[in-house]
Amino acid sequence: MSFIKVIGLTKSYSDTKALDNVSLEIEKGEIFCIMGHSGAGKTTLLRILALLEKPDSGEYYFDGTKVDWNDNLRKSITMIFQIPVMFNTTVFKNVAYGLKIRNYPKNEIRKKVKEVLELVGLQGYENRKAKSLSGGEKQRVAIARAIVLEPKLLLMDEPTANLDPTNSAIIEEIVREIVREKETTIVFSTHNLFQAKRLAHRVAHIYKGKIVEVGDTKEVFENPKNELTKKFINGELF
Amino acid sequence: MAWDYIIQGFKEALGLITQDYVIEIALRSIKVSGLATLIAVAWSLPLSIFIGLTNFRGKWAVKGLINGLMGVPTVIWGLILYLFLVPKGPFGALGLLYTEMGISIGQALLITPIIISIVVNSLEAIEVEIRELALTLGADEIRASFQVVTESFGGIILAIIAGFNRAIAELGIALMIGGNIYVKGGYYNTRVLTTAIQMYTVRAEVSIAIALGIILMSIVLGINLLSNLIRKWLS
Repeated sequence: MSFIKVIGLTKSYSDTKALDNVSLEIEKGEIFCIMGHSGAGKTTLLRILALLEKPDSGEYYFDGTKVDWNDNLRKSITMIFQIPVMFNTTVFKNVAYGLKIRNYPKNEIRKKVKEVLELVGLQGYENRKAKSLSGGEKQRVAIARAIVLEPKLLLMDEPTANLDPTNSAIIEEIVREIVREKETTIVFSTHNLFQAKRLAHRVAHIYKGKIVEVGDTKEVFENPKNELTKKFINGELF
Repeated sequence: MAWDYIIQGFKEALGLITQDYVIEIALRSIKVSGLATLIAVAWSLPLSIFIGLTNFRGKWAVKGLINGLMGVPTVIWGLILYLFLVPKGPFGALGLLYTEMGISIGQALLITPIIISIVVNSLEAIEVEIRELALTLGADEIRASFQVVTESFGGIILAIIAGFNRAIAELGIALMIGGNIYVKGGYYNTRVLTTAIQMYTVRAEVSIAIALGIILMSIVLGINLLSNLIRKWLS
């Protein structure tokens, strides 16, 4: 069985169907991109994968186990939000939060936080107030805070949507490094086609809550099978 | 000259501020309202956390009621409490009428909606994002809720300060439940700053009224300054 498998996920908010019978399989160690317009259902799908929301119907299998939304799987999955949220404390305490919950010894927490801050290029930032950092730095803290936990699945909801090209490039490089070094499975959403092309091994195009096409990034971009995906790639889908 | 009367009052007031009598009243005010704040915090914080962090039927109505209670005049609180605390009233046997404790309980009731309202608002402002962040980092629901409360600490401090300031500055309850009793060296005195200011103003003894007013304003402004320093330090 695939590392992540969802079958027939459906989710509605009042009269709006955010997800409509979504089925997907994602392999271990893959960078998987969910691309689509704003409001297409990308965030809802990621929130369900992160166990933050329950679908109205459908099944979710994580590493071969059926998810029942009441188990301890949360410690294997982390999510990075589009607008990074910081605890009102130092960078060190932000990054150490998840390790503290997992009862790591203090010296190991210090070591791990130091290593991960180096990985995201924020060495020496330990005592800075996290809320006073720039948007790009905050997003890097959010990534450090997530990857220090060495999650099996890292979800990122439009992680560079509010960042300048330089910070976006830094984040993309960090993502590549995480997959290279930690073999983490990464699922990210974006409406930035270039980013999807640059980063993802495979992409899924979501349109009005439905997955209309899934495939290898190169294949989908060079030879899209679905008419809607073709229009989306050509910038003709509104 | 019309101003002479006020200027003379201020000049005399500065000499009166250090009098034992004035200090005694000021300390009683701090003690009574400080106790009122402690009582109010003890029951308001758990209630605020429940209202702020849980979804239940009729939550909007509860919040509406709390907001409405903030507008109840202090004399109405005083009247209601008086009716309950007079010897033949439902709680008359407790002997709280014309006591410091009676004023403290009355002021605690007065500031409860203020504290709940501020704490609930500060919890709700960050609840979703902090709770979800904590959950995605592996926290369970209880730990995530605890984190939301921790992050709202600035709002909680603000609520406590606002509550204390409201308590120490109110007159209706202190007058109707406390009775403004003062006997030199007496054990059952209930005179506080606001009731004393009211009494001396009515008696046209403006110098001492101004002296007491200066102390009351200094306490309120000092507490506000302290609260700003704490909130600045927290952020």
